[in-house]
Amino acid sequence: MLTVSVYRYHPELDKKPYMQDFQVDTGGKDLMVLDVLNMLKVQDSGLAYRRSCREGVCGSDGMNINGVNGLACITPLSACVKNNKLILRPLPALPVIRDLVIDMDQFYKQYEKVKPFLLNDTPAPAIERLQSPEEREKLDGLYECILCACCSTACPSFWWNPDKFIGPSGLLQAYRFLADSRDTATEERLADLDDPFSVFRCHGIMNCVTVCPKGLNPTKAIGHIRNMLLTRAT
Amino acid sequence: MVTTITNFGRSGLYDWLLQRISAVVLALYSVFMVVYLLLNPQLDYAQWDALFGMTSMRIFSLMALLSLGAHCWIGLWSVSTDYIKPFVFRFVFQMVIGVLMFVYTVWGVQLLWGL
Repeated sequence: MLTVSVYRYHPELDKKPYMQDFQVDTGGKDLMVLDVLNMLKVQDSGLAYRRSCREGVCGSDGMNINGVNGLACITPLSACVKNNKLILRPLPALPVIRDLVIDMDQFYKQYEKVKPFLLNDTPAPAIERLQSPEEREKLDGLYECILCACCSTACPSFWWNPDKFIGPSGLLQAYRFLADSRDTATEERLADLDDPFSVFRCHGIMNCVTVCPKGLNPTKAIGHIRNMLLTRAT
Repeated sequence: MVTTITNFGRSGLYDWLLQRISAVVLALYSVFMVVYLLLNPQLDYAQWDALFGMTSMRIFSLMALLSLGAHCWIGLWSVSTDYIKPFVFRFVFQMVIGVLMFVYTVWGVQLLWGL
């Protein structure tokens, strides 16, 4: 039997959050954490968590699994369980709506700030804006982000200043558009980032790189943004 | 763009660059001092006075002193914006640090240049 300790909080019923222990029979199988959550849901239908695609594509089920942020659907028990115990908490730093469900408003506000869409003031071509394979290659490692918030909520700089520091996820996206050959707003984008918080609150702690379930490297992208800012200003 | 008026250089990039350049200067100065002290175990006052009487040493020391002031200001400003959330406490802390850095810098110049 696996002991699963889950963070529970129902704002209308509970005065404060608490940890609830469940016993789950995994049948000796190396299940994914999401499978275990689904088994808990059978035991207690009131348990709240987000999930959708169950294959690491939608980014809904980001949570803190035995102290490390990750996606429940692609984290096998063998990779996280210690001493036959699984501890599940909501992603840190953002307000909890209920149980493992967090309010991601602040995260999305930072994402909005970087204008995550192509800006191009040149006349639209008849069919499409073309890119060479080399130009397209620059977007690899950037476009794959699924906005699960595992990285930003693992970042101490984001914990202290979630309203000012864009966070690793938003900055990865910022660089995704700075690096895009079809975008013509590079100057405006960089001007918007040149303050002591938006980019420069990153101290290279690299928790984002450690936890990213897609294996992306936001710290490297932030380094590229810094270099672009430096090149522009010197 | 986040507006800030109490940081050192009004621009994140400026603070970031200055923090790194001042760190290099401080590292060089520290290494120089340690090596100098190790190579001169019988150091006396006259030798020490002669060292700081050299214009090059005075320039190097002044550079290190200014680097220290700027480096501390940028670093502690950063720490205050992370950990001190109430505006009044944060602002007072920043002002105290700013005044202290100014006092130490002027005092240091006075000592180094024997003014």
